[in-house]
Amino acid sequence: MGDHALTNTEPAAVPVTGWRSIVADWSSDQRAFKSASWGKAMMWIFLLSDTFIFSCFLLSYMTVRMSTTVPWPNPSEVFALKIGGKEIPLILIAIMTFILISSSGTMAMAVNFGYRRDRRKTVALMLATAAFGASFVGMQGFEWTHLILEGVRPWGNPWGADQFGSSFFMITGFHGTHVTIGVIFLLITARKVWRGDFDVGRRGFFTSRRGTYENVETMGLYWHFVDLVWVFIFAFFYLW
Amino acid sequence: MAQAATAHVEGQQHPIGLYLVVWGWLFILSTCSYLVDYFGFQGYLRWSLIVLFMLLKAGLIVAVFMHMAWERLALMYAILVPPVAVLVFVVIMAFESDYTRFVRHLFFGAAGT
Repeated sequence: MGDHALTNTEPAAVPVTGWRSIVADWSSDQRAFKSASWGKAMMWIFLLSDTFIFSCFLLSYMTVRMSTTVPWPNPSEVFALKIGGKEIPLILIAIMTFILISSSGTMAMAVNFGYRRDRRKTVALMLATAAFGASFVGMQGFEWTHLILEGVRPWGNPWGADQFGSSFFMITGFHGTHVTIGVIFLLITARKVWRGDFDVGRRGFFTSRRGTYENVETMGLYWHFVDLVWVFIFAFFYLW
Repeated sequence: MAQAATAHVEGQQHPIGLYLVVWGWLFILSTCSYLVDYFGFQGYLRWSLIVLFMLLKAGLIVAVFMHMAWERLALMYAILVPPVAVLVFVVIMAFESDYTRFVRHLFFGAAGT
């Protein structure tokens, strides 16, 4: 009986493709996500729910921007910085975008080296990712300070529609919180890799479960998602 | 379970070069979307370029960095199909905000500006 149940967790011997494979997986009475562990599947489901949260923020931003009769402040000018006596549009946001993309690149490689059991490189790349993330939050802090000093408030600003401030603080604030949480968890996971927790199967302090190098990939999923959200914020809030 | 886990570890081994290539493309696409603003394109050209670069970047991140391209279809569809509902929401709210804007013009238009 036990053996029988175990063999059923493997994908069907006869390769089914397309829609039939979805029906086969979902109706298999065992686990629907055969290529993903429960940890990974749950992270994906969490990210899906987070997608809806950020979608609602961006949607409310769209709604207030479309329905206001007051002109919307021009982000290109609002987020311009004076460098060398010349106004360069959106330059800080562009740098932040490149930093976040770079952090995604280092994270992807950290996952790869984790699976190759190269602990030193995994830790180094994860710390680099955390450093990129921390500098991103730092720049966001600079940007917020800059705008607050210029008089942007959630209820008004000097250039146009009042809803600009509330949308800006809500969307970038929530994203910045995600980055901050990501940095904290990156440091925690990097420490575990450094200590060799995933090689000796040391139990985690919170769940008491033994981790594997897949934890690094799950951590990576979250981090890439933060980058993904920024792609949409950059397009819809800063460029539109 | 253990077997599945090992099989999975084998499944997510990709050459580092792949990540570097995707990284490079993300840089190029980000530069392109920045240039859209820098050169000041306006109207439908601006919006379509922004959305195009955005979707390409998002696709690369999800497919390669998040390894979605190597997952089974059951997971792919479970995660990627539900966000389509957001598009329906976008359409609903677009109608709603058009109406709000129309009413605001109607009642505050003469007094305002």
